Amino acid sequence: MSVITAENLTKRFGHFVAVDSVSFQVGPGEIFGFLGANGAGKTTAMRMLCGLSKPSGGKGTVAGFDIERKPEKVKASIGYMSQKFALYEDLTVRENIRLYAGIYGVPGKLIGPRTDALLRRLGFQKEKDTFVKALPLGWKQKLAFSVAIFHDPKVVFLDEPTGGVDPAARRQFWELIYEAAHGGITVFVTTHYMDEAEYCDRVSIMVDGKIEALDSPQNLKARFGSESMDQVFRQLARKAMREVD
Amino acid sequence: MVEVLGVHKKYGKVRALEDLSFRVGRGEIFGIIGPDGAGKTTLFRILTTLLLADSGEARVDGFDVVTGYRDIRARVGYMPGRFSLYQDLTVQENLEFFATVFGTTITANYHLIRDIYDQLKAFNSRRAGKLSGGMKQKLALCCALIHKPEVLFLDEPTTGVDPVSRREFWEMLKRLKAQGITILVSTPYMDEAVLCDRIALIQHGRFLRIDTPRNLVVQYPVRLLSVKGPSMFTLLRELRALKGIRSCYAFGDSHHVAVEDELLTPESLREKLRAMGHEGVEAEYIQASVEDCFMELASTGAAS
Repeated sequence: MSVITAENLTKRFGHFVAVDSVSFQVGPGEIFGFLGANGAGKTTAMRMLCGLSKPSGGKGTVAGFDIERKPEKVKASIGYMSQKFALYEDLTVRENIRLYAGIYGVPGKLIGPRTDALLRRLGFQKEKDTFVKALPLGWKQKLAFSVAIFHDPKVVFLDEPTGGVDPAARRQFWELIYEAAHGGITVFVTTHYMDEAEYCDRVSIMVDGKIEALDSPQNLKARFGSESMDQVFRQLARKAMREVD
Repeated sequence: MVEVLGVHKKYGKVRALEDLSFRVGRGEIFGIIGPDGAGKTTLFRILTTLLLADSGEARVDGFDVVTGYRDIRARVGYMPGRFSLYQDLTVQENLEFFATVFGTTITANYHLIRDIYDQLKAFNSRRAGKLSGGMKQKLALCCALIHKPEVLFLDEPTTGVDPVSRREFWEMLKRLKAQGITILVSTPYMDEAVLCDRIALIQHGRFLRIDTPRNLVVQYPVRLLSVKGPSMFTLLRELRALKGIRSCYAFGDSHHVAVEDELLTPESLREKLRAMGHEGVEAEYIQASVEDCFMELASTGAAS
């Protein structure tokens, strides 16, 4: 049973085909890397899967809900985190958790114990009343990810989650991702770090709105005769013709 | 071309830069490598005379950053981390504007920007705000070059840019270096470090080490193993619990294991893991990367 399905999913803006009939399926607990050059259509595709933008053609389901007909159900079943926006800087760690838990409808009596457990797991007990803006970036991102899965969603969407983070924090972040996937959450992630693509169970590479390749990092490297995902990516993305973000 | 001696900078109680010293020679590509918040931008702003250091000295092309700021401003090109061109001006208007401000013309130094500008020409009349990320980056570089600077300061020029455009950008930097321009470039991407002549690794406002990328990686203090197996997540936890292991981090498709105990060889490690129930584990010695070095130096708190 797939947690995410896309079938000829398409999005047009006027004459411009941002996402051109893409199809794929992602299983439970899978870490799925969604790669592509700037302007390849990743964000547009992700917005459709999150129920934020209606497809112009094709269909898709997330956590069993049709993205076009049940976008509100989709939104309630997913978690989302991006590098650009994740937490409220002027709220404390605990207030951010409380806010998101409320928005995602976590029952009131569960919020307290889950918050304690989360703070303990991250080693953040001392920082629970610290304003988020005072935390180092690496901590913020770990907290943002934990908040995004606080309501135990079926799927979490991560849009370039690790930009600018120091190498050790980036690895700790990926360990949280592994752990979530191990616990059955499907992880859909975009990144510009090609070494991070290697952490994924499977990756798709988008070029000019189409999926040009989709397989495990190991198989892709073998198929393109490359030593790294960076080389695979460059071979494919060089074909890109369009120049629009 | 750039000399920095004992520079300090505080923002309130936060120590943004602590006792930084380094020199960059003419025609060198010098990389400042470190995560967000390490102090890269503060350093660049001091060297481009936009911010005063609390103490210490800095000279660019022979001029002091405090007393010679006017001379420096005419001699450096600066590309800030955030896109800072005029969004409502077109590509051509932005270029003309920067040329005029520096008392020159687009044609006077056209040879410097030709390679880059050729890729922008098709969008000459498009407003800068409507360009894609990669195109904005190219236009910003053209504007920073239009007055033929001696030194170019590029603050995270490739952040958020896809790997193909990043590669092209570094090719452009090599061509500029060949024309005698000195380049200071900061980046959070450790894989770009090897493209610099020398690098300074920075964290919490301090340099961890200044060296060539080659010297840096050969001086990695312990043996490093790459370990792969069918169950990477449990493997990671169990490796960390083993004796004689200094650190263990997930590096994409493998775990990098720094071993303190010389007796821990790929063979003996495989054997140990097999006894713990991990079948089919691959382990081999590898050369450390700049990223391994950064993590090692950051964890031991080494100072340069």
